[in-house]
Amino acid sequence: MSNLTSVIVAVVTCLNVLACGWLIWWTARKRPHESAVGEVTDHVWDGDLRERNNPMPRWWLGLFFLSMVFCFAYFLLYPALGHFGGVLGWSEARQYQGEVSQAQRQYGPMYAAFAGRSVPELAKDPKALALGRSLFVNNCIQCHGSDARGGPGFPNLTDDDWLYGGEPQTIVQTITHGREGVMPAWGAVIGAQGVDEVAAYVESLSGRTVPAAAVAAGKERFTLCIGCHGADGKGNPLVGAPNLTDDIWLYGGSDASIHKSIAEGRHGKMPAWEWLGEDRIRLLAAYVYSLSQPH
Amino acid sequence: MNPPETYNDKVVRQFAIMTVIWGIVGMAVGALIAAQLAWPALNFDIPWLTYSRLRPLHTNAVIFAFGGCALIGTSYYVVQRTCHVRLFGDRLAAFTFWGWQAVIVAAAITLPLGITQGKEYAELEWPIDILITIVWVSYAVVFFGTIARRRVRHIYVANWFYAAFILTIAVLHVFNNLAIPVSLTKSYGIYSGVVDAMMQWWYGHNAVGFFLTAGFLGMMYYFVPKQAERPIYSYRLSVVHFWALISVYMWAGPHHLHYTSLPDWVQSIGAAFSILLLAPSWGGMINGIMTLSGAWYKLRTDPILKFMIVSLSFYGMSTFEGPMMSLKTVNALSHYTDWVIGHVHSGALGWVAMMTIGTMYCLIPRLFNRREMYSTKLIDVHFWVSTIGVVLYITSMWIAGVMQGLMWRAFNDDGTLTYSFIESVKATHPFYLVRLLGGALFLVGMLIMAYNVWMTVRRERPAPVPVLPAAAEAGASS
Repeated sequence: MSNLTSVIVAVVTCLNVLACGWLIWWTARKRPHESAVGEVTDHVWDGDLRERNNPMPRWWLGLFFLSMVFCFAYFLLYPALGHFGGVLGWSEARQYQGEVSQAQRQYGPMYAAFAGRSVPELAKDPKALALGRSLFVNNCIQCHGSDARGGPGFPNLTDDDWLYGGEPQTIVQTITHGREGVMPAWGAVIGAQGVDEVAAYVESLSGRTVPAAAVAAGKERFTLCIGCHGADGKGNPLVGAPNLTDDIWLYGGSDASIHKSIAEGRHGKMPAWEWLGEDRIRLLAAYVYSLSQPH
Repeated sequence: MNPPETYNDKVVRQFAIMTVIWGIVGMAVGALIAAQLAWPALNFDIPWLTYSRLRPLHTNAVIFAFGGCALIGTSYYVVQRTCHVRLFGDRLAAFTFWGWQAVIVAAAITLPLGITQGKEYAELEWPIDILITIVWVSYAVVFFGTIARRRVRHIYVANWFYAAFILTIAVLHVFNNLAIPVSLTKSYGIYSGVVDAMMQWWYGHNAVGFFLTAGFLGMMYYFVPKQAERPIYSYRLSVVHFWALISVYMWAGPHHLHYTSLPDWVQSIGAAFSILLLAPSWGGMINGIMTLSGAWYKLRTDPILKFMIVSLSFYGMSTFEGPMMSLKTVNALSHYTDWVIGHVHSGALGWVAMMTIGTMYCLIPRLFNRREMYSTKLIDVHFWVSTIGVVLYITSMWIAGVMQGLMWRAFNDDGTLTYSFIESVKATHPFYLVRLLGGALFLVGMLIMAYNVWMTVRRERPAPVPVLPAAAEAGASS
């Protein structure tokens, strides 16, 4: 906003409020030949529609003037008139920063008390786990579910099967920076029959009974897949490629779903939670880690 | 000798009957989606019946079909009566009726198909937007053409409000819907980011201010004094609240975007002008209610006046509630909760629909050459059923909204949120049931009305009504 625009906007804003006052003054003035107070005026419409010459109610005028005063007080105190930021120095961003640092002061020490302890250690501390669980309920259940068992496209965190690895440090890494898993779409490359064959082979890897001819053909085509899923189909945690031999399916294990994954690809995204800060992330990691530990 | 000039009441009759029909359709869709919120399975996994597609159908049907037919129809009636002249352009007026119905039917087809611009209350895609523009300009020509040919010098106050409504809606509609079409059913708006949001709520709030307020104040200024057979309380009050209302409303839109990336100063102006809007809004309520002074006894026997006075009371209540909700502190609690839904419906059901219903009960017998409706008793039943419906609707949404706002901001001792979102949904469930009951009662009232209207009009073959000569007046042109 240029300085000129700022001035124009400020002036127009104030003028509209002032115009309300002028409007009241102008309309309330007595006119020559007007009918007596409370009587009807000499205009008639549609046979019987008339208007009385009553003054505007005083309490209503009082309310109107008060609201005009309120406007000017507001314009003075808060950012409203162009570049003038208001005498209180308030802004939405400053209010937010104030509330965040207030929360940091209030709650920070509670989390800092657990700093410097390893994730497996924290996973054995009931107090740490309670905090981790609160954080999990606030931030993670929308995708992973309140029981952490996930759903289609969202990994189950309780089963000790990990896309990117379940070591404590890896979990911290996953939470902090997020993950993005991409399965390319192969439908256009290998055709419908190719998808059928690869699906048959993939299903055979986890012990399902599928026609041998299709499995053999699919095994040939599986060379396309070994870059990520490995020659044995056991996946690769470095790129988050799932193990195809354990009968655990991120997007569902039905024949249709496996076909869809191969033909159309998949795109999974775990957001980055770096903004939670290291203390909270370690507690969260401890809670997640504890879920797949034998009790 | 030429036959005497008559009023064009045919187009008014058409709009009046469609008001009742679209009211039932729009409110039935509203009741269905209210039921879907309570029992989501009621979308039957059919895409066209999902909440996301039926909700805009509901809002478009009640605002533009029900409200629009009521406003255009009554404005045609009022402008002829108070200008003492036949409506300008018979064929153009007929075109506005059929054109507007075509818009509504197009909306009813495209919205369930998921064809939408994604702008609230401006969902309809560009071909329909162009049709709306053509119909609206024709409407303006008919209305202002009639004003131009008036036989009284002074323009009656109801016509000022209708005029402001017609002009402003034209401007709002055109500028908010500017878009670049990429196919017959898809376009991209020319605004982006926060400018798009600001345009949308400049439009959205003034749709409330000019469609749902100024237009219905026009209706009020004719039909309340007519039905009460009393003069308007204060012409000075009407002058001040008219000009104040239309100038101040224009600024209030940003209160829909508090605590967003909209610049602080714009948000502040939105809040301050919303507070300033309270007195001009109440001006209309006072003028309507005080018009009854000296005739309060009529409320005992006339259920049509009951509709109008309760409507004005709801108008006063929701125009007090609105400014309060525009203050940032209150807004931080109310925004995104069902409180907003309650507020909207106290205006939409309490003010707009009840004023329309009262007006239609006053207007329809006159249009069909009858002294009164088929059954006054049924009007009274309708009044109580809908009043109870509105009260149940609003109170349940108030409680639900405040509860949601409080649940979303409740913290545990460790600084985490006490409730997950789904817990607040679960807690809202009983209030969804009460709201459904309230909405269903309102719909039942409309069905009672439909029966009453049918019994009133079914045998009538109304004769044309000659234009009433204007009363002698200093400076009058005839």
